[in-house]
Amino acid sequence: MRASSQATGSAADPDGLEDRLRRFATIWSRAIFPVTATSMTRPEFERHLLPLARELSTALHAGSFDPRSAQHTGAALVDAHCTDPDALSRTLGVIDSYLVLYCGSAQEYSAEELRARCARLQHSVAAGYAHALRERTLVEQEAIARSSMRARSDAAEALHATEARFRAIFEGAAIGIGIADLDGNVLEVNEALTRMFGGLEHHVRGHKVTDWSHPEDRPHVWELYRELVRGDRDHFRVEKPFYRNDGTVLWTNLTVSLLRDADGLPQYQLALMEDTTERRLLNLRLRYEATHDALTGLPNRTLFFERLEKAVTAGGGTRFGLCYLDLDGFKAINDSLGHAAGDRLLVEVADRLQSCATAPGEMVARLGGDEFVALTTGPGAQRDVHELAARILAVLATPIRIDGREFTVRGSIGIVEGPAGGERTAAEVLRSADITMYRAKSAGGNRFELADPEADARAITRHGLTTSLPAALERGEFFIEYQPLVHLGDGTVHGAEALVRWCHPQHGVLGPDRFIPLAEHTGLIVPLGRWVLQEAVRQARFWQQRHADGGPLRINVNLSPAQLHHPGLVADTVAVLERSGLEPGALCLEVTESALIGADEDLLKPLRQLSEMGVDIALDDFGTGYSNLANLRRLPVSVLKLDRSFTQGMQRSPADPVDLKIVEGIVSPAHSLELAVTVEGVETGAQAVQLRELGCDTAQGWYYARPGPPEKLHALSLADAV
Amino acid sequence: MERPAWAPQGIDISVPSVARIYDYYLGGSHNFEVDREAARKAMEFMPGLPKIMQAHRAFMRRAVHYAAGQGITQFLDVGSGIPAFGNVHEVAREAAPAARVVYVDHDPVAVAHSRAVLEGDALSAVAAADLRRPRDILHSQEVTSLLDLGRPVALLLVCVLHFIEDADDPYRAVAELRDALAPGSLLIASHASYEGMPVPEQQADGAIEVYRDIRNPIVMRTRAQVEAFFEGYETVDPGLVSPPLWRPSGPTDQEDPYAFSGFAGVGRKA
Repeated sequence: MRASSQATGSAADPDGLEDRLRRFATIWSRAIFPVTATSMTRPEFERHLLPLARELSTALHAGSFDPRSAQHTGAALVDAHCTDPDALSRTLGVIDSYLVLYCGSAQEYSAEELRARCARLQHSVAAGYAHALRERTLVEQEAIARSSMRARSDAAEALHATEARFRAIFEGAAIGIGIADLDGNVLEVNEALTRMFGGLEHHVRGHKVTDWSHPEDRPHVWELYRELVRGDRDHFRVEKPFYRNDGTVLWTNLTVSLLRDADGLPQYQLALMEDTTERRLLNLRLRYEATHDALTGLPNRTLFFERLEKAVTAGGGTRFGLCYLDLDGFKAINDSLGHAAGDRLLVEVADRLQSCATAPGEMVARLGGDEFVALTTGPGAQRDVHELAARILAVLATPIRIDGREFTVRGSIGIVEGPAGGERTAAEVLRSADITMYRAKSAGGNRFELADPEADARAITRHGLTTSLPAALERGEFFIEYQPLVHLGDGTVHGAEALVRWCHPQHGVLGPDRFIPLAEHTGLIVPLGRWVLQEAVRQARFWQQRHADGGPLRINVNLSPAQLHHPGLVADTVAVLERSGLEPGALCLEVTESALIGADEDLLKPLRQLSEMGVDIALDDFGTGYSNLANLRRLPVSVLKLDRSFTQGMQRSPADPVDLKIVEGIVSPAHSLELAVTVEGVETGAQAVQLRELGCDTAQGWYYARPGPPEKLHALSLADAV
Repeated sequence: MERPAWAPQGIDISVPSVARIYDYYLGGSHNFEVDREAARKAMEFMPGLPKIMQAHRAFMRRAVHYAAGQGITQFLDVGSGIPAFGNVHEVAREAAPAARVVYVDHDPVAVAHSRAVLEGDALSAVAAADLRRPRDILHSQEVTSLLDLGRPVALLLVCVLHFIEDADDPYRAVAELRDALAPGSLLIASHASYEGMPVPEQQADGAIEVYRDIRNPIVMRTRAQVEAFFEGYETVDPGLVSPPLWRPSGPTDQEDPYAFSGFAGVGRKA
């Protein structure tokens, strides 16, 4: 108690105990600071030691000396992170040298007593320090051990969860997964991979990766593999076939990756494979179906076109030859026997064609319908293609037996031959062959023709005109010229023939001979003819209204064979007349003699109806069709138009007596049948005089006027009237 | 090869850990013989290694005080290691009792130990993440629940940047963290360097070799290279200096020569 009051009492004394304690703490701090690990600064550390110094001083002077109290001082050092044993020895040194010197009070205890106490205190400090350090070390060791165990169990748990997750992915994956070592020993495979290989795991596991070669392997696959196991490559992806256990082929998209250890050394190989067998088969089948004709099994247009493209662009001095075959009269067979029989016939034809083209570089394809093509390539194609065509015609010559009946099938072949230098595109070659085939067909069929650039050009123009006809009608590219019909008796204009023209944007004005046959062929003649009739009738009605005094002006309109067969002919004509208000008697429809030869009553019926209405029917080009006059009686015809060939002999003077006799021989009976006679192609005055003398009623020709616009005829007619 | 986040790292205490070696340098016993063996080997070349650690730790303590003095109450200590005396939360709370601290380390043992030490402390947390993946840090549950990144944060990168090799692009990582911090945030960083070492480079390389052997290579960087980490920050006085020279609280003439190794500095994000 005294000691403590003394310590407190001298606090104010500058030379007192507190100051001495501070100096002791400074010495102490200086001694041990260098060996501590504290983050305190020196002054902080010194302040930290001050209470410990006071503790020691108090213990030194305690009334009942108990050295154990200094154990706390030792422990406090450990708490202050003075865990280096040097800190203890230095502390003991400082206590030994300076505690009694700075803190000892000789008034109470003898110097010896103080020295003895100081020694005992040092023992206690050392014991307290050792005890605390041992405790701290044990606690920390235990703590870190517990922490590392905790961390390990956390990691193990996480690893287990991850592994479970991976195991689930591995087992449940739809793609095949396998792991092998670098020697190729299969270590692990999943369910999907086993299934792909046929379902027996040991069959897969028992293998080495290198056993899985396949003749269809891409050449570089195994090189990639060697690079991978050497560690030169981390992965590769290929399409690879495998043999299954049962010998069938498994196609896969295979990805192989190299797995390395923590040091980056190659360790395992991981294979991921996707079964593409079915997809591949499907693709092959789709490709086959897309490139082959379902009926005959021959390559189709698509495949043929690919091959032809290759053939025409091959280059290298080689040549190609192409036969384009169309069966003659196949439609008739199809129509009479039915499609099933027609199909069987096509199959037979296909088989025979195939037998013709067996050499390398030869192929046969079906383009569609009864159109086939045969291709030959090679340096000798020029000769080969002719032989090929001949062979084809020869194999077709043998009759084909279907349903117990024998058919002789003939064909027309167009041949195109040329260098494979890419001069012409495949499409051009094919079109040329097509055109040439039509030439062979027009020449009677059962033959082959060789392509000819000029014939091609003509056909191409014709084709161009044909395809542009419908649009031309829509765009109003047609117009009508009128050629006057003159009364031979008095020279008055009796009427006019309407003649259609086409103002083509590229080819200029085209006459009917250039496009009417095409329109006839495509059926466009019906709307075109209707338009001509409408226009001509409207024009005639216009003339009548403007020149009522000029007498009835007739209008002649040509009727093509297709129009004649069209069921709407009568109704259309009636409608046109009614709409315009022209009386039927002012209209004359011209029908060619050839269209009516052998006509039955069904065909004549519409003409008869029109005739009964008052419409005149003229027989055009009379005299070219070997018809006899007697035949005319049964036809609803009121006018004969003599063909220009009869009047050509009358252009000169004196006229050809034979022609005179012939015309005379026609006019007279015609008149007795009450038929008027019109002559065409009158070009000279002499002709006109002759024909009038022969009794012809009406004439037309350049002598009077060329065909021209309606205004011109109007002027002529007026002049006439005056 | 980078380890995906979902594949946990195995724990192998037969491999020395830099966190536990650090603890040993600081006189702690949170370490195993493998750690001590490595530490002793490094100390054969640089006996003063503990002094370097101590100096960096003392710098951290002063810098945290400084940050708290600047009114910062949120701390993000990346590479915190094994908690020893004078942890950030203890130091910070001396000045700001409500300071919130998130410790981050990628050493699972250090994380487990930190969690044990901090158990029951509602204002601090430990995130297991790697500085190489700053997004993992920023998106960690600990950071998002404890820190308000809309307000200034003191980011501590003490003695950790030199463990990240250039191949892992530490500059990008530091920039990514910086971009996530609010203006007024502080970067408290220290870094190992040959500069200021009291021993020849070759001798220091002996110690560096030890770290390479335990697969935690140390990258010694120059002043300019260390300064580059402060891009986007304005360094506060006295700039980038030896750790003891950063705002010392007393005379530094008695510091151990080893203490002057490396660089330390504090930057403020504008």
